[in-house]
Amino acid sequence: MTTDLVIEAEGLAKHFGETKALQGVDLSVRRGTVLGVLGPNGAGKTTSVRILSTLLTPDAGSARINGFDVVRDAERVRQSIGLTGQYASVDEDLTGRQNLVLFGTLLELGRVGARARATELLEWFDLTDAADRPAKTYSGGMRRRLDLAASLVGRPDVIFLDEPTTGLDPAKREDMWDVVRSLVADGSTVLLTTQYLEEADALADEITVIDHGRVIAHDTPEGLKRVVGGQTLEVRPADPARLAETASILAEVSAGARPDEIRSGMLAVPVAGDEALTATVARLASSGIAVTELSLHLPSLDEVFFTLTGRTATPDEEVAA
Amino acid sequence: MSTATLTTPRPAAGGPAPSAPAARKPFALVRHTAALTRRSLIKTWRTPEALIDVTLQPIIFLAIFVTIFGNAVAGSTSDYLQFLLPGILAQTIAQGAIAIGVNLNTDMEKGIFDRFKSLPIPRIAPLLGAVTGDIVRYVIVTVVTFATGYAMGFRIQTDVGQAVAGSLLAILFAVCLSWVSVWVGMVVRTSGAVQGIMFLIVMPLSFGSNVFVQTGDLPGWMRGFVNVNPLTHLVESMRGLFLGAPIGNHVWWTLAWCVGLVAVFMPLALRSYRKKV
Repeated sequence: MTTDLVIEAEGLAKHFGETKALQGVDLSVRRGTVLGVLGPNGAGKTTSVRILSTLLTPDAGSARINGFDVVRDAERVRQSIGLTGQYASVDEDLTGRQNLVLFGTLLELGRVGARARATELLEWFDLTDAADRPAKTYSGGMRRRLDLAASLVGRPDVIFLDEPTTGLDPAKREDMWDVVRSLVADGSTVLLTTQYLEEADALADEITVIDHGRVIAHDTPEGLKRVVGGQTLEVRPADPARLAETASILAEVSAGARPDEIRSGMLAVPVAGDEALTATVARLASSGIAVTELSLHLPSLDEVFFTLTGRTATPDEEVAA
Repeated sequence: MSTATLTTPRPAAGGPAPSAPAARKPFALVRHTAALTRRSLIKTWRTPEALIDVTLQPIIFLAIFVTIFGNAVAGSTSDYLQFLLPGILAQTIAQGAIAIGVNLNTDMEKGIFDRFKSLPIPRIAPLLGAVTGDIVRYVIVTVVTFATGYAMGFRIQTDVGQAVAGSLLAILFAVCLSWVSVWVGMVVRTSGAVQGIMFLIVMPLSFGSNVFVQTGDLPGWMRGFVNVNPLTHLVESMRGLFLGAPIGNHVWWTLAWCVGLVAVFMPLALRSYRKKV
């Protein structure tokens, strides 16, 4: 064993009737790292996660978690994984605490151990006040947290997060990111699926992009951004007359890149990192240039797919030019 | 064993998995089933309206059938009540076994079963937990039927021991019959269909039996079915144990049916459960 791969999958294929959900997907995740699986709806993200977490058997290909085959050694695989699905996998009639105690008991923590672990997780996920209310009374964000807590009851060393932040507001999303970071800090290996390049960039050590059941790119976030373009800084000066002046400031902070006027009165320039935003704000202020818009963003999933495949991720929709 | 790791002040989420992952502790199935039974009981406790079939039904059926048919069938309502109560208990307890398939069918649509399947527990544990959790429903049916019967004038003619034995036989039968419902719940797509199919199974069983009239008063062509119907055996057993009527081999036939139902439908249910994604 020269590499320390915790998750390895080769040639995973799965079809449901006529639909080919997966057509040969390879995935690998090193111990203690995060793999971001990026793709649009229907790309095969959830199917991959369900195969890796032993809920589905692949039609072809194989996968191992900690060296155990997900089909032949499913029982051993289940000992070391935690799964958080797109939809909260908890019992809504039970309280948050009862859910966690149930899973703790099923994971052999013992009566006392299961209760202690439940209390600990409820506290960590800020659910102590709601602990004794049925889960059906929880808000969407609380349900997600309970679901994630439920998947951590057995201290799994491999954690699958299937679109953990889809449908969460930005503040809740940041909270979830912090949780993922602390899981990794504790030594867990995480496979995370997402529709947002921003999320994969924020959390993942490597990113696998899948589309129509195939891997279309695999790289580090930096490598991927080199291909699809990194962050873009967009500025709209309040006074259109000062556009040229603004452009020269942007050229400076982006180390010589040439700002484009992407829309009338709106300048865009590729920048290396978040520092560019602060520098721009400072320079604009000292020059006395007021702005009505100022934003820093990564390419959207649509833009990523357009770059990688030459077509959009969502074929039903027209591409905004 | 994992209490040692719980003493860490910060809730370390990752780190090494619990030690000795491969070694399953003894009686795991029993403990897992117990935990899942508890889940089922909590759900029952939270939704008492789901107990209507096992509480109101025996009351209404006893009152209606005794009033309407009492004089016509037995010449007096009090005689008919003595005759009918074991039958109504058998009928309502069998109908009480329908709910489990309907509930499991709905449950499977939610994410909770994904979680169960991703846990290192025996596949059958969630089904077993649901089945054993429903025992409380069958106990309720039995208690309500007896309470209503006593209020209307029913009296046990034997002794408490035999009455309890008869009741336990009915509860055991319902538990075994519920595996049919579990299987249908796994195979059929919607919960409404589960309800419909189970109703079509239980209805002929309860009316094509000696629940309402003596077998001898039924048309000849029907008696062949009535005589092998498990409900007939259950009802005859209870009449013997509650009223002192001759029991014959009916208890044995009832137990044989119980064994048969579990032997056939438990594996079928488990197989369909494994396949259902």
